[in-house]
Amino acid sequence: MSPLRIAIILYCLCFLTPAWGAKEYGLKPIEIAPGTYVLLGKNEHFNFSNGGNIVNIGFIVTDDGVVVIDSGPSRFYGEQLRAAIGRLTDRPILKLFNTHLHPDHILGNQAFEDIPIAALPGTIEGIREQGELFNDSMYRLAGAWMAGTRVVVPNETVKPGIVEIGGRRLELIEVDGHSHADLVVLDQTTGVLFAADVVFHGRTPTTPHADVGDWLQALDTIAELDFKLLVPGHGRVVTDSGAIAQTRNYLQWLTTRLNKAAEQGMSMAEVLQPDAPPSIEELAVFLEEYQRSVVHLFPEIEAKVLDRGRVVQE
Amino acid sequence: MKSIDQRLFLSCIFLCCLVNPSYAQQGQTDPLNSPMWEDMHRSLLGGTSVVFDDRVQVLAPVDAEDSMNVPVLVDASALGEVSKIVVFAELNPIHKVLELEPLHAKPIIGFRIKVQQATPVRAAALAGDGRWHVGGRIVDAAGGGCTLPSIGSENSDWASRMGEVAGRLWSNQDSTRLRMRVMHPMDTGLVPGIPAFYIDHLEFHDANGEILSRLFLHEPVSENPVLTLDLPRRDSVTVVGTDNNGNPVKARFLTGMNEAEK
Repeated sequence: MSPLRIAIILYCLCFLTPAWGAKEYGLKPIEIAPGTYVLLGKNEHFNFSNGGNIVNIGFIVTDDGVVVIDSGPSRFYGEQLRAAIGRLTDRPILKLFNTHLHPDHILGNQAFEDIPIAALPGTIEGIREQGELFNDSMYRLAGAWMAGTRVVVPNETVKPGIVEIGGRRLELIEVDGHSHADLVVLDQTTGVLFAADVVFHGRTPTTPHADVGDWLQALDTIAELDFKLLVPGHGRVVTDSGAIAQTRNYLQWLTTRLNKAAEQGMSMAEVLQPDAPPSIEELAVFLEEYQRSVVHLFPEIEAKVLDRGRVVQE
Repeated sequence: MKSIDQRLFLSCIFLCCLVNPSYAQQGQTDPLNSPMWEDMHRSLLGGTSVVFDDRVQVLAPVDAEDSMNVPVLVDASALGEVSKIVVFAELNPIHKVLELEPLHAKPIIGFRIKVQQATPVRAAALAGDGRWHVGGRIVDAAGGGCTLPSIGSENSDWASRMGEVAGRLWSNQDSTRLRMRVMHPMDTGLVPGIPAFYIDHLEFHDANGEILSRLFLHEPVSENPVLTLDLPRRDSVTVVGTDNNGNPVKARFLTGMNEAEK
């Protein structure tokens, strides 16, 4: 057999090694308050190693059953989340909330199809319209971890206000800015605030559906809430408003930077190279997220600048 | 045990070794290791003498977050005299993006392009030594987290605004930067039932009618093109051109801002 032929066979064998069957996320719920758990994702981008587990998921074990906040990035994640809950309590799962439309928060819904999945109207609409695009995109980014994942659209509409479930008073708050509809859940009984992606901590915020002005207002709203613990959508849990301040600081830096660049006549490709202070630069996945944000936000800012130029149409 | 991902990675490298004979014929290896380079060299650069040269800077993102709008800036000013810049995206179904004849302008051009998949984005600058100096980078089109593929223009009024120009001049001591946007669908012709329809050339004049720079555009340039040029210092610049159906583009840019309108 020629060396080339051996090489080709060896190469083919690389693809035949077992990768099939469920991928294990190794989910470990951490109790942060009585009956209140979080699963912390990595401060990374979606990739083939983390399988999309870059997100914080929470659940509350009430007297009557379990309330879950977001379902994770894939079917496997959703199933393993449900199994992890089952290891901690025999109580039934009562409800799953989807805080907003992004794939890392909703693509585990499949494992909760038999229970009410509740979201804000704008989130339901967004998942219906864009869920399949997200799912395709996640397959490309996380590969085999996504096997068998399909989009399950929430089947219940969230009405903002207070709901009592199994002895817990949950305040459901609607804001927007990170996406068109962001649900924030405050457990008044324990003071745990599930801020979802309105707050990032130690990790650069993402902006694919962001309106930065609205987002800053949402942060003001959240800062006024009476919470003891804040669970950000990404990053470590905090007891104070530090993560809110950090998110605000980043968003303000970002808009200032983009507006200034547009006013100076920089082209979009020139803006890709950031000019950031250390407090911004040290955030996880800064360069990648910043460059994505340039593509999301710069065209509109630039259009306003160009529209102010003096032009005579001939 | 190795993870499958490491294995895939190693096997990909291995595959590259298998299928990649050396590109040594030109005396230089393609730094981007592109399977299309030889074709590009022959079809777009006439197979003439080339040199891979980092002085031809191509600024673009590593990842195409929006594959309908990938920002690119080519800067070949480190070469000195440049008579022509050709930009191409090798793994696009239509390769050629644009051609700039700088004339009196700096050999710099900013624009956005559509990409179909991960591709080298390359610029070849014809320098004073008569050789093509080639720079470029690979733009991955896999996107990032929460990536939404672009749905294209949501403007229902594109026909009434077609050809409409906005823009502004920024002047320093020796040059004037023009940034402009033209409303145009820039259809590639690759969508069934929609023929290729794009602005194919633009000329930039000063108030005396002197041609400052000349630009030829092709299908991959993004919808409603946003262009950046560094022209010699002028208080007024006129752009004149047409699309491939003969519709004119004509507008004059003046220094300063139109505050009254806002």
